Amino acid sequence: MADKAPITEEELHAFVDGELPADRMAAVESYLASNPEEAARIASWRAQAAAIRERWGAVAEEPVPERLHVDRLAVKAGRVWRKVAAAAAVAFLIGGTAGWFGRDLARTESTEFESSRQIAKALADAAIEAHRLYINEVRHPIEVRANEEHLLRWLSRRVGSAVHAPDLSEQGLKLMGGRLLPGPKSPTALLMYEGAGGERVTITCTSAGREGQTAFKWRQAGEFGALAWIEGGLAFVVAGPAERERLDRVARQIYAAYETPEAAK
Amino acid sequence: MDALYLAREPAMTSVRRGLEPLIPALRRFARALARDQETADDLVQDTMVRALRAEHLFHGGDLRTWLFTILLNLDRNRRRGLARRPVLAVIEDVDPAAPPASDGTGRDIARGLAMMPPEQREVLLLVTLEGMSYREAADVQGVPIGTVMSRLSRARTMLRSHIEGERPQLRRVQ
Repeated sequence: MADKAPITEEELHAFVDGELPADRMAAVESYLASNPEEAARIASWRAQAAAIRERWGAVAEEPVPERLHVDRLAVKAGRVWRKVAAAAAVAFLIGGTAGWFGRDLARTESTEFESSRQIAKALADAAIEAHRLYINEVRHPIEVRANEEHLLRWLSRRVGSAVHAPDLSEQGLKLMGGRLLPGPKSPTALLMYEGAGGERVTITCTSAGREGQTAFKWRQAGEFGALAWIEGGLAFVVAGPAERERLDRVARQIYAAYETPEAAK
Repeated sequence: MDALYLAREPAMTSVRRGLEPLIPALRRFARALARDQETADDLVQDTMVRALRAEHLFHGGDLRTWLFTILLNLDRNRRRGLARRPVLAVIEDVDPAAPPASDGTGRDIARGLAMMPPEQREVLLLVTLEGMSYREAADVQGVPIGTVMSRLSRARTMLRSHIEGERPQLRRVQ
């Protein structure tokens, strides 16, 4: 019998939040009637909710400020893209893109990389930093949008090797677009993907010169993780939330896309 | 110059239409999370811009839960930023526009909320302030319902001891 079972903590909360199944109402009510301490606890939860609503409830009655009007922001959402794309292009052309991506690599660069392993590690660190910087960008995380067909042509030309953007929809990720960053030897392509929950994953790809190949290397910095590898003269880094298994699946799909680019379309 | 190619203007869509009536609730929730009005409205604005721009990522489903998910992600990013620059954290402590609401014991409900772990505060606000079901709150946070319920339980326990913290404990007689 449903109403003979002992009352759980969850049911007390459900009772307060209006989520208790109807066939348990009587049981909870009689439990509270004979347990004044429990009834007091429930009363305090209700008082908390009332205090929260009293404190912030009226915000929803305030007139919406002009800067939050949908029409205004929709126009802005379209316009900012163009401004930023233009600004970024100009900044890039005059060489003003700061060089921060290569900053951490500068030390190693002067003495040449001792091993492909070192490159992978340095790139992973730089990619995590790039990832951290750009995922927080709401207004202009990328320079060129995914739906512009010249995106991959442009990146490929600058990187000096074919850049692919594999379909990662199986991993719940959709391509947003890309940008170009200064790299250790030549420009670095950054592709940004986004999941339905707003989480972002970036793929960076740059020329690794004559370096050989490495297995996937895992690096973690706080809540971000990255997998780096070198294959076929290109260094790759996948950076995202520090969920190794998920990034591993993404990395394998990218690997496959470069092995058989036409099949990955 | 490739990067100068123009992005097309977003069309009038269901996200855009559905967004409008949800703005007051987004502002209310953001205010409770961020405390000062400027920061809170920045959060809402960024949420809206992002939603409008990411319309292609929204494949039906519940627009409200999706927007709240975006807002929470942005708020977490914001707090990470504050954590890296602790000197700025002081600013968000006071909302001069808000009335000095009090629970009667002289302890502010806002201070109690500020003391709990973010994911517990989020759940408590989603359920009590926004009136979301456990299912909706679970969708917003991307966790199972059981996690929502245990967070809620811990949040309420912590808030109660915070509010009653200075009262003399009544001796309990079984």
